[in-house]
Amino acid sequence: MNIPDSLKYTKTHEWARIEGDVLVMGITDHAQHELTDIVYVDDFPDIGSRVQKGRTVAVIESVKAVAEVFAVVSGELLAINAALEDSPELLNKEPYDAWIAKIKISNLEEIEDLLSPDAYKKELTA
Amino acid sequence: MIETIFDKGKAGRNATSFPSDAATSGTGLGIPAELLRGDQDGLDIPDVPEVEIVRHYVELSRKNYGIDNGIYPLGSCTMKYNPKVHESIASMPGFCQVHPLQALQSAASSQGILRVLHEMASILASLTGMSAFTLQPAAGAHGEFTGLLAVKRAMMQKGLEKEKNKIIVPDTSHGTNPASAAACNFEVIEIESDEYGLVDVEALKKALAPGDVAGIMLTNPNTLGLFEERILEITGLVHEAGGLCYYDGANLNGLCGLCRPGDMGFDVVHVNLHKTFATPHGGGGPGAGPVGAKEGLEEFLPGPRISMEHGEYGIAMPEGDWPGSIKAFHGNIGVILRAYCYVKALGVEGLRKSTRCAVLNANYLKAQLKGTMRVPYEKRCYHEFVGSDEGFPNGVTTDDIAKRMLDLGVHSPTIYFPLVVHGALMIEPTETESRSRLDGLLSVMKRIRAEAENDPATVKKAPVTTPVKRLDQVRAARSPVLTVSALRDMDEKRG
Repeated sequence: MNIPDSLKYTKTHEWARIEGDVLVMGITDHAQHELTDIVYVDDFPDIGSRVQKGRTVAVIESVKAVAEVFAVVSGELLAINAALEDSPELLNKEPYDAWIAKIKISNLEEIEDLLSPDAYKKELTA
Repeated sequence: MIETIFDKGKAGRNATSFPSDAATSGTGLGIPAELLRGDQDGLDIPDVPEVEIVRHYVELSRKNYGIDNGIYPLGSCTMKYNPKVHESIASMPGFCQVHPLQALQSAASSQGILRVLHEMASILASLTGMSAFTLQPAAGAHGEFTGLLAVKRAMMQKGLEKEKNKIIVPDTSHGTNPASAAACNFEVIEIESDEYGLVDVEALKKALAPGDVAGIMLTNPNTLGLFEERILEITGLVHEAGGLCYYDGANLNGLCGLCRPGDMGFDVVHVNLHKTFATPHGGGGPGAGPVGAKEGLEEFLPGPRISMEHGEYGIAMPEGDWPGSIKAFHGNIGVILRAYCYVKALGVEGLRKSTRCAVLNANYLKAQLKGTMRVPYEKRCYHEFVGSDEGFPNGVTTDDIAKRMLDLGVHSPTIYFPLVVHGALMIEPTETESRSRLDGLLSVMKRIRAEAENDPATVKKAPVTTPVKRLDQVRAARSPVLTVSALRDMDEKRG
């Protein structure tokens, strides 16, 4: 299972990349593998709205299940990846390139709660 | 190429002749002239002789698989056999030709059906431990919506609807539970199950602590087929926190006649007549999801209801703050009538016996599957249990197993639900099946396990014997082809 060293992770299988005060997030290789073929990504909050850590920022539908993607941090929703609307399969093909949301971090301390690659690896094998 | 009934028609082949004399057509029957079509040839129905009509629909039915073909172990759906005598009774003219408005004009002319509806409401009340029932809701999720509206009304009556705006569901709940709660403008709190697959009481306490919970939605036995052993403690905690307890009756077949949701502390319940009470379902219905409530909440159930005074049945609208009707008239009365026949034919002892047989059948399968398929929650189950694809060799998944089952002549179980089990296969044999049918299902499962080990390619390309082979699931979801003309366009483009 691919778990890049440069990223942070959550127990709910999101990855996060921090770029200054902006957090870019998506779902992990493990998540896409478990969901199998993804057919829709939708239900995003409005751009510019405030999202709360742990609340839904997107809903992913695969041939197998429907899953929620949770905001990794609280803050303002800056962007969603429009490419996913027509090509949701990008989440299967390149989970770490196909970002889902960009959030302007309102509380930097929340980043402390994220898992390191090693900790996430342990989480998967637990 | 698919041939529709329209393709099979040709002018002049028709087997019916419509009357043309004035006495039996249009105005002769008393239909006002302005309501008549006028253009007699305008009716676009295929000209097909009777024999071709019969062949057409028999052919279609042979492409289908139903409980009348064989075992249908679709977990959580309770696909039991529907006795054919119900159909004869439901087609008696006194039942099928009665008009719902007739009773308002003359209750005497529809006493039979009114009695059935009145008695069915009280039978359901005594089987579930409720004090009143509305028969209106058309199916389970519709019942949930109706029941949660009652919960909302109860909160409104106390002026607490803003303060108590959350509904708790466990992570094993039917997907309709959180959906119904959201549709009633409640916020949903999901709590994780404990290591035994049951409600985690500590997590429940934590969720109740802020005091903003209007209620909990539970099914018991739960979707893993396990009985919530701490149910009295659970409903007690919710009541203490000022909330109400909603019973999702989808799994009532696991305990019908043996114990009652009302005695477990539930305040509002729905019952799926099309599951537990042997009325036909699948393909979108019609079903029936009557909703019952305990004293103090009855007034929040929709009307009309059936009254009985001085030995005569009539129609009564509820009094007070009732939320309005949720469906026209008295619901799907054809379904309620069939369910009534089922209860009357079995009696309470019969219902108990059928519940026990449903539980026995599920436990027999679960025990016999040992070594073939992992069942992660090992406790004794009720009417269903959930297996997993963990440990299946060569990357064979639940999806493959389910499709291979179709090849081998049985219906697949419910798959990938609940989500707490990896690659879930939710198996509910129901009391319908004999031991030899259950053994047949077991030999199918054992064969698939052996194939997964020795010949995984066969399992992965299944099904190959069905009218439709393995579908491209991604394309089916993203660009569904749902009409014959769209299918023909697609075929043409392909050449």
